[in-house]
Amino acid sequence: MIRIEKDRCKGCGLCISACPFGAIVLVDKIAVVKENCTLCGACIDSCPFKAISLLREDSGEKVISPEEAKGVWVFAEQEEGNIHSVVYELLRKGRELAEVLETELSAVLLGEGIKEKAEELIWRGADKVYLIEDSALRNYRSDVYSRVLVEVIKRYKPEIFLSGATCVGRSLIPRVAASLKTGLTADCTGLEIDKKKRLLLQTRPAFGGNIMATIICAERRPQMATVRHKVMPEAKVDKQRKGEIIEVKMDIPFSSQIEIKEMVKEVEKTIRLTEADIIVSGGRGLGKKENFGLIEELAMVLGGAVGASRAAVDSGWIPYSHQVGQTGKTVCPKIYIACGISGQIQHLIGMQSSKVIIAINKDPSAPIFKVATYGVVGDLFEIIPALINKIKKRED
Amino acid sequence: MKIIVCIKEVPNTAEVRINPETNTLIREGVESVINPFDMYALEEGIRLKERYGGYVSVLSMGPAQVEKSLREAISMGIDEAFLLCAKEFAGADTLSTAYTLAQGIKKIGDYEIIICGKQAADGDTAQVGPELSVCLGIPQITYVSKIEEINLKEKRIRVRRMTEEGYEVIQTSLPCLITVVKEINEPRLPSLKGKMRAKKSEIKVYTNEDIKADRNRIGLKGSPTQVVKIFSPSQRKAGEILQGEKEEIVNRLAEILKKIG
Amino acid sequence: MNYFLTEEQMMIRELARQIANEKIKPIAGELDKTGEFPYEIMKILAQSDLFGIFIEEKYGGTGGGVLELSIATEELSKACGGIAVCYAASALGTYPIILFGNEEQKRRYLPELAAGKKLAAFALTEPNAGSDASAIETTARKEGDFYVLNGTKHFITNGGVADIYTVIAMTDKSKGSRGASAFIVEKGTEGFSFGKKEDKMGIRASATSELIFNECRVPKENLLGKEGFGFVIAMKTFDKSRPGVAAQALGIAQGALDLAIEYARQRVQFGKPISSFQGIQFMLADMATEIEAARALVYSVARTIDAGEKNIAKISAMAKLFASDVAMRVTTNCVQIFGGYGYMRDYPIEKYMRDAKITQIYEGTNQIQREIIATNLIKESLKN
Repeated sequence: MIRIEKDRCKGCGLCISACPFGAIVLVDKIAVVKENCTLCGACIDSCPFKAISLLREDSGEKVISPEEAKGVWVFAEQEEGNIHSVVYELLRKGRELAEVLETELSAVLLGEGIKEKAEELIWRGADKVYLIEDSALRNYRSDVYSRVLVEVIKRYKPEIFLSGATCVGRSLIPRVAASLKTGLTADCTGLEIDKKKRLLLQTRPAFGGNIMATIICAERRPQMATVRHKVMPEAKVDKQRKGEIIEVKMDIPFSSQIEIKEMVKEVEKTIRLTEADIIVSGGRGLGKKENFGLIEELAMVLGGAVGASRAAVDSGWIPYSHQVGQTGKTVCPKIYIACGISGQIQHLIGMQSSKVIIAINKDPSAPIFKVATYGVVGDLFEIIPALINKIKKRED
Repeated sequence: MKIIVCIKEVPNTAEVRINPETNTLIREGVESVINPFDMYALEEGIRLKERYGGYVSVLSMGPAQVEKSLREAISMGIDEAFLLCAKEFAGADTLSTAYTLAQGIKKIGDYEIIICGKQAADGDTAQVGPELSVCLGIPQITYVSKIEEINLKEKRIRVRRMTEEGYEVIQTSLPCLITVVKEINEPRLPSLKGKMRAKKSEIKVYTNEDIKADRNRIGLKGSPTQVVKIFSPSQRKAGEILQGEKEEIVNRLAEILKKIG
Repeated sequence: MNYFLTEEQMMIRELARQIANEKIKPIAGELDKTGEFPYEIMKILAQSDLFGIFIEEKYGGTGGGVLELSIATEELSKACGGIAVCYAASALGTYPIILFGNEEQKRRYLPELAAGKKLAAFALTEPNAGSDASAIETTARKEGDFYVLNGTKHFITNGGVADIYTVIAMTDKSKGSRGASAFIVEKGTEGFSFGKKEDKMGIRASATSELIFNECRVPKENLLGKEGFGFVIAMKTFDKSRPGVAAQALGIAQGALDLAIEYARQRVQFGKPISSFQGIQFMLADMATEIEAARALVYSVARTIDAGEKNIAKISAMAKLFASDVAMRVTTNCVQIFGGYGYMRDYPIEKYMRDAKITQIYEGTNQIQREIIATNLIKESLKN
């Protein structure tokens, strides 16, 4: 509940205007919280006299409590036996967290016939690898994967559990968290340890990237987070590293209600967008579908991927899988080249963490120039062909 | 077939900002809308009803003002609306929201399919759908881009699920929960007759007692996570506008690309 | 300004505005270039029940009248006058059936028109019969259970895309204007074909075509009213539809003014936004005042008609005359506010000026409107 300390409240009314639900009124010059309060907390920081606080008591049943939990775990997502590169990023971050906590870093690997991959995880920093192999685990299926993870977590009780915020992670990890009745923070971009309280500080964007929020899970374990791909550096390979591989046997059904009928890969002309070091993106300024060839050509000579703004996708110039932004993909390549993209906030959200942004646009007041490292005010139909020529010549 | 669509009312995210002095969300004057991703869930619910017959309900949790969004759902073609509204629900994170919705669904009754949007545009967590399916003990399929077939007799559904590299066709048993992506359909606008029906419709409001919720699992009490800080993301600074003739600019660009790439 | 709209009228406005903003605005410029007919938008309007807002409930409508139609047309026109006229022209083609159709005809045609499953069109104008409608040359000759139509109509809005046409043809040339009759002709009837599609200055998203009748046999059940009623039907239809044209003009004017105000706030010259200059301010103020006056007139006339007033020719003409003249003046001045940019096709404002012009011409030129008003004034004076 929201508590207002009467002797601190001066009746200034700042909290009333801060409340988005009109749930605070002044009674005898003191703020009073009404029934329709949603506990959003907007009033707390608005009070200059620190008279407002949020009282919380976590009374929910715990499956694993903080006292018994130990160690940092990383979910080693694999597809067809290949470890997803986000796992290496998690191992580096996990190593850092484990060292602050003075504990072990472990990875948990599910699949079939993937034992040799366990070693790679050790080379990348894991002290232990929990390996569960079964033919039912060959491909990701939400129910059996979560059943296995819940079982292994219950047995070994890690205090922190990290996964990539991938298609699989974002669908699997909430199931695991719900089964363990613990907290989960999605799509983190920053992880730190509050050493005094031994808590994981999980920072993530919210409201479409307009704000950042830091979230904790104080009372229950493990503290679970999915982490956005490509925001953290990968752990380096050290083939000298030694670790332990624990083949976990468990006595639970490996059956699944989900049956995979078919797996289809949509061939892309160029490299995968979220993995690319260079992305060339086109927007409304291209004018028509045929002109996207220019973007594709530049991407090709640079060895990069092709992106697009929502305007270009909605006009049917390029498939949705290329869309960058709030309703598309989030990318953070080394170089992002925005061609004929005005730079609406929804687009910026998806690409503003790119290391270098180059913008080409004929309108000098386009918002894209506010985030561009290098801006070119000019006609993309002149600049890009010339640039393509220049690069081609250099290569010859 | 009975279909339940879960929706959330969210602030129009393009407008949400932080007050740099107080470091709190500026919510004043920010309009609330149905979570854009949930519009696809509503549309798919209505289409399934049109395709297979049946009854489609909408469920939400939140303050009384959410009624407006529920009426909007009815004006699109939803048959009936339920709102879980009680002060005990306040302060819920995804886990306690999922539990509360599950209790609400149990109160509403039988169903073959629950449809949620891929994620909410304010929190972007995409967690409530999967957590809800755990609370209900039913299979889940996330990121559905197409419902290929529902066989009511054999209680089976076959869908396309988007993956990072394409899609997979998967099948599971009913009842189940799916979360849908924007590729699945194009949401319709309301109709005038729908709007008139929505105005007259009764929104069924349930409290924690109505849905027999465990007090320790709802609202702030039932939420393991808490937000300890919010702040504005660091803004990128505008860089250099390249000057000069076309030739010079192209040379500079090529240089930059060579250096970093 | 409070126009004391009913809840249902406000819903219509909200719905039409949503369609205009979300669906029409993004494609208006493109359709203006290509001249493609907005089939998608017609489908959306149909799903939203907007084709039924002036049709009785027992025929599948929602039971409103001219005011409801005007409100919807105004909102759609704010985004695109061309797309709005596709909608309004269907109403024009529907009105003869509402006003003069027998029960059988109403039951046969109105439900599908109210649902927007079919579009309607009204065909009077001919190459040699514009303002002088009595000069029409299309004939309808009775042969047993059929009327056989011969002749050509041109400049027909929704021509080619509509499914149901109300066609005025001469059943007895010797009687002059009393020898005209009105027929419902369905697309696909043998002997009924379409000629060239016009390339227009404005409202380019709408389809304007020639209708060609060559020994076209129409069942006698499709005669509206009685033989010889043709002109009465046409005039009474126009009396009902002119506020719709006025509403279209009103929407075009308002849409243009909204763009001009936004532009004036953003355009900086001499170090200040041009909206801070009195020359611009006075223009904006005059335009807004004229638009509001036009709206007050259009809504009042629509209400009067809906209340069942019989002698509406004069006020209906006044609404159309005033609103369309305002639209022309306002859109011209809005282009002026945009300056050089306003003259360029890259900016949306010049389209409003081109779209506005037709509202002074069709459904009776404004000269004809003045004549109607004056004739009625003199008639009234004689009576007194």
